[in-house]
Amino acid sequence: MFARVKHWGPGLLLLAPTIILVGVFVYWLIIENFRVSLTNQHTAKPSNDYVGFSNYSNLLADSNFQHSLLNLLILTVVFLAGTLIFGFLWAWLLDKPAKGEGIFRAVYLFPMSISFIASGVVWRWLLSSLQTDQPGGERTTGLNRLLDSVGLGFMQNDWWSNPTWGIAAIAVPAIWQLSGYVMALFLAGFRGIPEELREAARIDGCSEWKLYRHVIFPQLSPVMLSAVIIIGHMSLKLFDLIRAIVPDANTYDVQVPATMMWVKYIGSDYADAAAIGMILLVLVAIVVIPYLMYTSRAEKR
Amino acid sequence: MATSTLTRPRDAAPQSAASAPNKGRRRINRTLKYALLIFFVIIILIPAYVLFITSFKGTSDADPSRAWLLPQSWETAGWDKAWTTLAPALGRTFLLVIPAALISATLGSINGYVLSKWRFPGANLVFTLILFGMFIPYQAVMIPLTQLMSNIGIAQGIPSLLLLHIVYGLPICTLIFRNYYESVPNELIEAARMDGAGILRTYASVILPISAPGFVVVLIWQFTSAWNDYLFAAFFSSGRNGPVTIALSFLAGGQLTDYAASMAGALIASVPTLIVYILLGKYFVGGLMSGSVKG
Repeated sequence: MFARVKHWGPGLLLLAPTIILVGVFVYWLIIENFRVSLTNQHTAKPSNDYVGFSNYSNLLADSNFQHSLLNLLILTVVFLAGTLIFGFLWAWLLDKPAKGEGIFRAVYLFPMSISFIASGVVWRWLLSSLQTDQPGGERTTGLNRLLDSVGLGFMQNDWWSNPTWGIAAIAVPAIWQLSGYVMALFLAGFRGIPEELREAARIDGCSEWKLYRHVIFPQLSPVMLSAVIIIGHMSLKLFDLIRAIVPDANTYDVQVPATMMWVKYIGSDYADAAAIGMILLVLVAIVVIPYLMYTSRAEKR
Repeated sequence: MATSTLTRPRDAAPQSAASAPNKGRRRINRTLKYALLIFFVIIILIPAYVLFITSFKGTSDADPSRAWLLPQSWETAGWDKAWTTLAPALGRTFLLVIPAALISATLGSINGYVLSKWRFPGANLVFTLILFGMFIPYQAVMIPLTQLMSNIGIAQGIPSLLLLHIVYGLPICTLIFRNYYESVPNELIEAARMDGAGILRTYASVILPISAPGFVVVLIWQFTSAWNDYLFAAFFSSGRNGPVTIALSFLAGGQLTDYAASMAGALIASVPTLIVYILLGKYFVGGLMSGSVKG
């Protein structure tokens, strides 16, 4: 027994600072946050009166919060679809050795290195919806003016100033920024498929479509899963980009739980802010925990 | 915006069929492929073009009809304003992200070493629990975190953010190093142990000398993510003591925006991460890969 402790004791000791820090800053704070979400601390004045789950039921019954959840769903679906389509397409185009592929890859990937706050500055201008009610209006700027001048005026729209689909406009810069990342994931996936596998399928008379359907796509599914998890959880947490594009944090059209939590925090409604945080955590956990279990099991095999 | 082009590659699919003897068709397919690649390059670079031209515009170019054109006269007033506003914050950000990256990389390296080469019962569970910290939405800890930070008595601004970036950077640093050390043969460790080397001596003599690539990946990752952070900065700093993202959001925010200054500011704020990306892009991609849990 003592020998075994002597064997793994030092390792545990070295790991101790991290275990303590993560224990406090992640797990203990989550518990503490849950506690705050059960109180009625809706003003700056500290309060320890417990009200059960009524903050949650009030939030879920609040039409603003429901709308923010719907926005989150639309954002996530559009963001995922966009990054997967462009990421796959670019990886597919760059898979076979091509002249200048390094340059293309670098250009597609570079938006990833920039902060949402910096890219938000330019996207705020690009997604400006000034005077779209009069096509070709004199004050029109941004993408709307570009679309108009290249003869695509019919594609002009209000971008994020729309209560239903406004949030999808926020996904446009997000897709611009993260598609290169998904491309890099897919490229690694493509390169991991042995060439013999493709050759074998071709010799068997597999058509190109069937080759993809039965050989390539199944081989890519772990990469695809990683991409979905990473982009999906980024989308659930997306905050900076919306703040950078839309000046007022409390804008109904593009409200998501992450921005609503900020609005509640600024308004010193700590109990509601904590409850929104918990709801976001549950949403992320539903996606991430099965994934973590899957990867740790896959590793054991 | 590009939906019409999305259907095209399917027509191009037969290109790789090795049996297709038709040279002419292959050339058409190649042309099509490059046309598509260049089309997407243009799309990707549109925002960069706008940032660049707008940052040099003065009042003579204020008319929206000139929005997409090059400046009539290249003015640097926007750049002057952006620089004076952002310079102090830039300095603070360097003071924040360099130590944050170094410290969390060092801790991550030791953690990764223990979790891959010096396992103890339950090591996998501990690893998964640490890893979960990388995925949590920080909104779920923010309210008690503000309380905790003020209880600890750590100053708002850079000191607070330094601690937070180290702590919340630990999971990904540990992950990257663990995956990296997994490929180190166990025999190397065993041999050192046989020679009587303890855990730290083994680390210093066997692991550390081969860790440089791992450190490059982790440092780049931590540098860029701390540099680009806005969420923690918004909760734990202000315009006076915050990093460059906060300063930029004040410069660019509000209803009436000085677009020349804010676009120049966006470019200034992006220069450090862009340089890192251009010089060390290869490792940057390596970091992205490790970010996908299975390295």
